[in-house]
Amino acid sequence: MNDKNNREEMSRAKQAWEDKVNKATGKYPERKEFKLDSGLEVKTVYDPLNMEGFDYLEQLNWPGEYPFTRGIQPTMYRGRLWTMRQYAGFGSAEETNERFRYLLDQGQTGLSVAFDLPTQIGYDSDHPLARGEVGKVGVAVDSLADMEILMDEIPLEQVSTSMTINAPAAVLLAMYMAVAEKQGIPKEELKGTIQNDILKEYVARGTYIFPPRESMRLVIDIFDFAGEKIPNWNTISISGYHIREAGSTAVQEVAFTLGNAIAYVEAAREAGLEVDRFAPRLSFFFNAHSNFFEEVAKFRAARRIWARLMKDRFGAKNPRSMMLRFHTQTAGCTLTAQQPDVNLMRVAFQALSAVLGGTQSLHTNSRDEALALPSEQSVLLALRTQQVIAHEIGVTDTADPLGGSYYIEELTDHIEREANRYLEKIDEIGGAVKAIEAGFIQQEIQASAYRYQKEIEEQKRIVVGVNRYNESGEQPIDLLKMDPATSRRQIERLKEVRLSRNQGEVATALQDLRKAAQGEDNLMPYILAAVKAYATLGEICGALRDVFGEYQQHVHL
Amino acid sequence: MAEKPVRVLVGKVGLDGHDRGAKVVAQALRDAGMEVIYTGLRQTPEQIVETALQEDVQVIGLSILSGAHMQLLPPVLEMLREQESHDIIVIVGGIIPKEDVVYLKENGVAEVFSPGSSTEEIVEFIKQKVGGNY
Repeated sequence: MNDKNNREEMSRAKQAWEDKVNKATGKYPERKEFKLDSGLEVKTVYDPLNMEGFDYLEQLNWPGEYPFTRGIQPTMYRGRLWTMRQYAGFGSAEETNERFRYLLDQGQTGLSVAFDLPTQIGYDSDHPLARGEVGKVGVAVDSLADMEILMDEIPLEQVSTSMTINAPAAVLLAMYMAVAEKQGIPKEELKGTIQNDILKEYVARGTYIFPPRESMRLVIDIFDFAGEKIPNWNTISISGYHIREAGSTAVQEVAFTLGNAIAYVEAAREAGLEVDRFAPRLSFFFNAHSNFFEEVAKFRAARRIWARLMKDRFGAKNPRSMMLRFHTQTAGCTLTAQQPDVNLMRVAFQALSAVLGGTQSLHTNSRDEALALPSEQSVLLALRTQQVIAHEIGVTDTADPLGGSYYIEELTDHIEREANRYLEKIDEIGGAVKAIEAGFIQQEIQASAYRYQKEIEEQKRIVVGVNRYNESGEQPIDLLKMDPATSRRQIERLKEVRLSRNQGEVATALQDLRKAAQGEDNLMPYILAAVKAYATLGEICGALRDVFGEYQQHVHL
Repeated sequence: MAEKPVRVLVGKVGLDGHDRGAKVVAQALRDAGMEVIYTGLRQTPEQIVETALQEDVQVIGLSILSGAHMQLLPPVLEMLREQESHDIIVIVGGIIPKEDVVYLKENGVAEVFSPGSSTEEIVEFIKQKVGGNY
């Protein structure tokens, strides 16, 4: 590439080749226009001529070295495989505990808790708005008593636990800490993640409670508290996953996720936290969608952008502050209700892109998730998919095996460039919080989602079994049936908890929390005290609602 | 005289935050010339019916992917019956198991659009149902 004569020769050869191609395509046109969602036209072939000025050390470097394009570990999966972590939770704490233990027995290496919607929005199971939702999309957790059952006989010092919880993240984290304390496990040994990414709730996922400013305070309180007390805990999982599920492009996924990340870093610094103190515990969560190479490039680009941001914009000194560590889940929105077994193949390819992109942990979706919550058999197949990738097909033998591919490198550069353009735009608006309040991010995502749907309906995008290769008769598939008595039992237990605790202690803890919320203290110790007194999630969030108020969604269609 | 456009309420009922489908459908109906009232997230059955009556809609389109449809949709149908709003048609989108689809259709839901449905199908269905008013 550096040899000038060689390049001239290559240019001539390429010209001759292009003439030939043009002649051929004049006669036999290509099947269609080849374009990525972000608008980039995909070329017939990629070659070294496109890589003029490419600087290996600056753009790639070795794995484990800044800017970490090729991965955050020097030996990547040769040392340790990614954590296989299936998101699970439904019904009662007992049922979910049973599923967790089953998954650990099958070789899963980490837990991931799905909570039901009332829990995620800070309502107890007997709240009127919880009607019909208890135990549906996850497990119901009303108080410490439920968390004790959920984690029963699970060795918390050995597994890492990820909890998909945002608005009430502080409360669930406090419950987990309280259970660990009861089990006699030292705080320093606790490993896991809380999602705690409230900003994407306003744009994509919808389980917000408080207004943005108050929510940001809770997030930063957790950064501060956990940094000291549970140093191995990931205090946030800044999530592009749901942004992509809501319909964004790959470029938007990276841009809006990192835009939110910048907002958290800035808020923490404003609160007086030094960047290298909290940044090493920031983690990320991305989607593995269907355009294979674009996804691989996306993960690599995200790492490079983040490393440069942390070093240049925020002056981080600790390399760990610059490493973008991430969890990946395959794209739920690509699963089809038609011919559900075909989803096994979609998931496998998506999972492979995450592995080739250097993920730290992975959830593979189950084939039946466009129909219901996954059955045990489907979850097992999804986990087995990861095990095949890990052990049978050789992709874990070397770090970043696609690095240096002309196409992958050009895509990586493209995504970095386009995402940075969005980040500049968000800066112009005044940061992610303002961009969300103005509806900018929501509208960008909606426009992409609408375009995507139109492309399917116009047959510009083929979805096997949906707009081509349809089958009339549907194969029967065994779906998970929910126990209708779950909700009643959950409410009974909640009532027992409310009756059996020390009421004076609860009242004092809630009063203290309310007062603290009006002031500026870190709220975590107050929440922990309330949790230990068996105050319920609804009571704790209720106290905060009294002080903080609730967010009202503004929809810009 | 120009005919009045069809008025449709598109709403998210319950605590479910998955609004991609609801928003795409709302936009498609609008592009098809209908007037769309989009409620946003976390509507109770009571709020849905109240808004529908206030806005004088001919169609209510409800989206729900959380599995709470059997608790949240029947109250909507019930209240519409109590209000004697028989002319309002209710359509549903989301992840709804087959046996529940049967029940809902027997109890007043005009159609359930499952994953993979096209916006064109939904537009056509509404046009056909509202028919003369369109």
